[in-house]
Formats: sequence, structure tokens, C-alpha cells
Amino acid sequence: MKLNNLDMDLLNSVAGMHGIPKGAVNIRRDGEAVIRQSSSNIILSSLTGNKPGLKVEIKPGTRNETVHVPVILTQPGFQDKVYNTFIVGEDADATIIAGCGIHNNSHASSRHDGIHEIIIRRGARLKYIEKHYGEGGEKAQNILNPTTIITVEKGAVAELEMVQIKGVDDTIRSTKAYVHEKGNLKIVERLLTQGEQRAESDIEIYIEGDGGAAQVLSRSVAQENSYQLFRAALIGKTACLGHVECDAIIMDNARIKSIPELMAEDAEAVLTHEAAIGKIAGEQLIKLMSLGLTEKEAVDAILEGFLK
Amino acid sequence: MLKLENIWMQISNGNGENKEILKGINLEFEQGKLYAITGPNGGGKTSLAKVIMGIYQHSQGSIYLHGEEIGDLSVTERARKGIAYAFQQPPRFKGLTIKDMLNIAAPQAESMQYRKYLRDVGLCPEDYLDRDLGPGLSGGEIKRIEMAQLLMRDTALAIFDEPEAGVDLWTIQKLIGLIVTSYRNNPAKTAIVITHNEKILPICDEVIVLEEGTVAGRGTPSDIWHLIKDDIECKVRNKCQGEVTYEIK
Ligand SMILES: Nc1ncnc2c1ncn2[C@@H]1O[C@H](COP(=O)(O)OP(=O)(O)OP(=O)(O)O)[C@@H](O)[C@H]1O
Ligand SMILES: [Mg+2]
Repeated sequence: MKLNNLDMDLLNSVAGMHGIPKGAVNIRRDGEAVIRQSSSNIILSSLTGNKPGLKVEIKPGTRNETVHVPVILTQPGFQDKVYNTFIVGEDADATIIAGCGIHNNSHASSRHDGIHEIIIRRGARLKYIEKHYGEGGEKAQNILNPTTIITVEKGAVAELEMVQIKGVDDTIRSTKAYVHEKGNLKIVERLLTQGEQRAESDIEIYIEGDGGAAQVLSRSVAQENSYQLFRAALIGKTACLGHVECDAIIMDNARIKSIPELMAEDAEAVLTHEAAIGKIAGEQLIKLMSLGLTEKEAVDAILEGFLK
Repeated sequence: MLKLENIWMQISNGNGENKEILKGINLEFEQGKLYAITGPNGGGKTSLAKVIMGIYQHSQGSIYLHGEEIGDLSVTERARKGIAYAFQQPPRFKGLTIKDMLNIAAPQAESMQYRKYLRDVGLCPEDYLDRDLGPGLSGGEIKRIEMAQLLMRDTALAIFDEPEAGVDLWTIQKLIGLIVTSYRNNPAKTAIVITHNEKILPICDEVIVLEEGTVAGRGTPSDIWHLIKDDIECKVRNKCQGEVTYEIK
């Protein structure tokens, strides 16, 4: 199956791919795997039954390997639903580059619902990067609803980076995580909404084992008439550490609702949160303008840095 | 090169009343000279610098740069005409690194130059270039980075607002040396240093004293130093205790 230029542009936007990378890759286009290659340590296979999808198994002890599993939607109005399972074997150290790109030139809505289960086995380390990107005509509706369930086993470390900067009209992201003894989970979110876009993110992290730690860092910018809802709940069931930080810049007529939530069920749980919503500080704009930038250039520089 | 004619500036105190901050300032700055502005806290030094940069709007009077009235120009336009201002309290940014900021200040500069200017202000480039210009920097570090930006911009007019503030004793001398090499006897440039530092006054060609929004004195560093020591009474108004007058010995 050949990939055309449009496909490659989308793959570059969501997964930084300039060609087909070496190693394990699965590219799903309009509901079908168009490219699938396993490596000796990362095995890709199909999930069968009534939940179609992809299974990615990273063998125990794998070192510094990356697997690319992007999804693209190019047929106007395509509706895709997929179940993916990722298993990072004991003591492995790997990076998963996911992401979803939509090109929609129609008036119909294109929609991708991804249901991901990620299991990071004892002592393993995972970096997971997921970018969302949409493009197409003005009337097109690009909808992405990812659901992610994460299990961080004893002593494992996982960092998830979720980025949505452009062209997604409606998204409801739901993330649930379970962190076991001495496990460590960090979730970083970057979000920009414009026009009439709506984005919701709902994160729930259960820290279930002694010495577990979880951190959620969210930075977002809401422009024009867009709406964002961010909820991050940390539930500390044992002696653990948890921190939520959400920092948002609001502009124009946008609306942002930010709800950090902490629940401690153990006297040794230490949970903290910080939430801030505000416009760009006037003195920051003035400072950059005094270096010769126009107001618009100053806004762009500040937003670019903030979302970097 | 810069002329301020009868500059008045007021700020609303929030209760609908306006407070006069600058009261009819007349000053002329010549090309090739290095000036100091000093005076009691709250005297209007920073406000005057911000009026020149276009950050504050004056209510009356005219500002001329090379003979051209610039009072209606925006901050951006004045910056592009060659005015630069190093803030007394530079703002911090989340996500912008020191390298990003130097790049904004001097887009044409090469990375070698970023390194040179950071070293000039006493910061090791390897440790600082990629650091966030955020809350993690110390007060003295951020002032030195502010100074590096101004030196890199290399504009016809540079205004430094208390470059010494928060800077350690080991570095102040270095910063003074930088001002001397860049601006003293440099026929193409004019610099104004707002300062409370007695080591900075003597390197300047002329010292201006601003007090309560007016020019209270102007002269050579040694004239002004005597004036400050012998003549000027700093009036400290304390609403609770009435007016107290201190003599500087
Ligand atoms: N944005 C502002 N809002 C309210 N008052 C202000 C503002 N800016 C300046 N002022 C007031 O104007 C007066 C002059 O302030 P300015 O900052 O110019 O003094 P300064 O001479 O620079 O003092 P310092 O030596 O302490 O830096 C002060 O009384 C100050 O409180
Ligand atoms: Mg001041």
C-alpha cells in the first residue's frame, strides 16, 4: 500500500515522520493498517473479535527502542473506532509515538475514537507521545475522543505527553491511571483551541501503592470562542506523592473551566495542586514590544513558548 | 538627539483621582554622551524612562528623537527607531528561554554572540542559554540578562534602569566596565543610566537629579555629588508621622 504526499504530511504533523522509520511501525489509515512492521523486540499484531485494534508488545529488557503507531483519517467523514493495547515488558525502556491526524475537506464530520490500554510492567520505563492534528475545509468537523487506561506497575516509570495544537473541533479525552508501589507517572498536556472548538480532558489517577508518585502538568491556551474543560483528580490511597498543575491563558471570548481535585485516603499521602487562568500579562507584551516586536508578534512568541 | 519638552504625566490612583508623576520635565540629551539620572525613590525616574519608551503616555509636552516628534509612536515603533530600555523589574516568562529572548532582542545575531554577551555580564552560556526566563532565575541573574539584551540590541539610545539592583559586588564592577566600553566617548551612542550607585555616577558625563517629578539638579558628577551631600534635603513624607526632613551628611 502506498502513502501519498497528503498522508506523509499528516504523519509528519502527528508523529514527526519524514518517511517510514526503521523499527516497529503501524500506520492506520481510514480504519485499516496500511503499513505494519514488527522489530525483533517489538511485536505488533491484530486484536481480533468484536474489539478490532492493534496489540503492541515490547519484550522485557528491550533498550531504547521506539515504536510509531500513528492513525490518519483522509476520507471525508470517516468514522473510526479502534482498541489498542500496549504492553511494555519488565525492565524495558521504550518510546511510543502515537497521534492522530485528520484531513477532512467535506462538510461531514470525521471522527476517531481510540481506546488505549497501556500496561507498564515492573521496572519498565515508557515515554508515550500523542499528538492530535486536524486540517481541512472550514465546514469540516474533526472529532477525536481518546480514552486511555494506564497501569504503572511496581517501580515502573511512565511519561505521557499529549499535545493538541490545531484543527480539532471537538475532543473529549478521558484518561484513567493506576500507579502501583514506587511507580511514577507524569502526564503532560498541551492544548490550544480556537474558533468554536471544544476540548475536554478528564484525568483520574489512583495512586495505589506505597511510594507511588503522579504528576499532571497542563498548559493550555483558549482563543476566540473556544471552550476548554480540564479536570484532574488524584486519589492517594497510600503513602504517596501527587501534584496537579494547570496553567491556562485565556483570550478573546473563550471560556475555560479548570477543576483540580485531590482525594487522600491515607494520612501519609501528600497531594498538592496549583491552578491558574489568566490573560497574557501586559508587562510581558510590553517587554517584547520594547525589543521591537509588534503586539501580534509578541503574543505569538509568548504563546509559542508557553505551549512548547 | 533626544529632547523632552515640558513633559507631564499622570497616573490614576484608582479612586478616579489623578496623581501627577512628572511635572513639566525639560531635558535634552546629546548624542555621544553618557547620562545618569538619580534621585529619591518615587521621584519619577522609571516613569520618565517609560514615557520615553512609550510604555506610559504623557498628558502634555513633546518628545523629539533626532528632531522628529515621537510622542504618538507605539512602543514597537520607538524600539525600531533605536530606543532600548532595560527594565528595573524585568517580567518573567514561562516557556521562553534566555536564548529565545536574546534571539528576539537581536534576531540577526549568531549564537557565538549570545555566548559572548552572556559571558560579558558574567553568566556562563552553557549554564544559562537553555534556561527558562521564568521564576527559577534569581533577581541578579535576570537583571544581567536584561542588560545583555540591551547591549546586543546596540541601539542609538539605551536606557538602563538601575542595572546595579540586586547584582553582587563582584559583578557590579564588571557591569560598570561594560557601560564604559560601550557608551563612554562613543560618538554614535547615547546612554541614560538610572542609578542609586555612587560608583556609576562618576563614569557619566552628566548627572540629572529627579525629585517629585521635577528636575531638581543637573551637572557634572562631582558638582552633583557635592549638591547631594551638602545641599539636597531628601524629604520623606510619612503620613503617620508628618513630614520628616533628613540631612545627608
Ligand atoms: N503604574 C503605576 N501605578 C500607580 N502609581 C505609579 C505607577 N508607576 C509609578 N507610580 C508612582 O509614581 C511615582 C514615581 O514612580 P517611579 O517608579 O517613576 O519612581 P522612581 O524614581 O523610579 O523610584 P525608585 O528609585 O524607587 O525606582 C511613585 O510615587 C509611584 O508610586
Ligand atoms: Mg524606578
